[in-house]
Amino acid sequence: MSDDKDFVAGFDSNARKAPLRVAFVTRRTSPQVKVTDEEQLMTHPGVFFRVAIAVELLTIALVTLALLWDAPLEGLADPMHTPNPAKAPWYFLGLQELLHYFPPVVAGVLIPTLVVIALIVIPYFNINIQAESLWARDGIGRVRIVAVVAVVLCVFLAVFDVWVALVPTVIVAVFMFVAARSSAPSVPRFRRWLYSKPLSFWIMTWFLAEAAVLTAIGTFFRGPGWSWVWPWRS
Amino acid sequence: MAKSLTAYLDELRDSRVWRSIFRSGPGQSNLHHALVVQSNVFLHLFSVKARKRVLDFSVTWYLGALTFGSFLILVITGVLLMLYYHPAVPLAYTDMKDLQFVVSSGVFLRNLHRWSAHAMVLLVFAHMFKVFYRGAYRPPREFNWVIGVVLLLITLFLSYTGYLLPWDQLAFWAVTVGSNIASAVPVFGHRIRFLMLGGNLVNANALLRFYVLHCMILPLTAIFFIAIHFWRIRKDGGLYAGTPTTVTEKEGER
Repeated sequence: MSDDKDFVAGFDSNARKAPLRVAFVTRRTSPQVKVTDEEQLMTHPGVFFRVAIAVELLTIALVTLALLWDAPLEGLADPMHTPNPAKAPWYFLGLQELLHYFPPVVAGVLIPTLVVIALIVIPYFNINIQAESLWARDGIGRVRIVAVVAVVLCVFLAVFDVWVALVPTVIVAVFMFVAARSSAPSVPRFRRWLYSKPLSFWIMTWFLAEAAVLTAIGTFFRGPGWSWVWPWRS
Repeated sequence: MAKSLTAYLDELRDSRVWRSIFRSGPGQSNLHHALVVQSNVFLHLFSVKARKRVLDFSVTWYLGALTFGSFLILVITGVLLMLYYHPAVPLAYTDMKDLQFVVSSGVFLRNLHRWSAHAMVLLVFAHMFKVFYRGAYRPPREFNWVIGVVLLLITLFLSYTGYLLPWDQLAFWAVTVGSNIASAVPVFGHRIRFLMLGGNLVNANALLRFYVLHCMILPLTAIFFIAIHFWRIRKDGGLYAGTPTTVTEKEGER
């Protein structure tokens, strides 16, 4: 069939003229069609009660937290007295850490915008949907491309003195090269699992590692004047 | 002999008034269970049946449900906190002190709201990464992933606007740092910042704007998108449970 949609359906709203509805399911079916023969249960009470229990456990955990630790409250806001360092909420501290290295228009505007766009477009690329192993085709060529990208990225980060972002990049790159050499059935299961991962997995893992490291450093390792401090020495 | 509690409950659920509100009535059949979901304006966002495998903890870690749970806690504690709060300078801060020393359980209320807010941000991120690594964003669920990204941004804005409301040093300077980033936007930067703060500095106008955003606009927007997010799960073929093994076998036969 020339039409490359997963699911082709034809119907006529006039029930007298066309009492039957016919659906053609092509080879690559959509999830709705795939799962019809699976074992099911009623949402009420099967799912609702489990969700209720999960939410109750969360509530217990948060109430315990609220009883044990008080939310921070400092002195009255004073525009004339700047605390050093002035920190954003923790989920923005990764960005604030980047502001230390790059101009605000890059770290504060360009990077967040690109991240949001990148997140939105993930499901619209066939390469992410098929999720084929990155090394399945032209393995050696792809290793070369990854090596070039990794080196360029590392040099770029080194030029801007972003050593803290360099570390996760190097670690992820090492894992990628290990993965590329793990296709043989004799290697351990974890390495074969790594081998099977698509490009999007590696990009997202790199992003997650960078976000976690930068946020942790912005939160715990930055003191007056955004200088490096060891949290256990303060 | 005294009737059991269940019998009383069944009688209540079969009464004329109860059945005028909840159409399903007493009964344990699948039809009754289906009607509970179908004939409720909120529950009918969900499908009547679900795949058994999605209940396994390892499939979802219940992260979406927990995120919604933290949102519910935040709505309840947030409404209660609004009863004690004036979005004005310096009343906002003295209200914090009142919560601490005057209002019964005021500290607990604020603690619960604060920690739940952090928990929600964490849970939203965790939910997103879990969905990504399971590949649950794949068609036909791609648009629900986009709605999820929108909900992530709303959550961040909710948390950020709430951060200013105590009007202490922490709040003031965190928002100052954040709003300075907004002014880095090319061409419109300073106008965006002015629109956001209602002035060139974080002041009483900014507090009022953040209050309105935090208590009205953003929660309503969040509820709107959460409703679509849940409804789309049903429309896109139910909770994603991974590729069923039976189908892979069938594909192998071809």
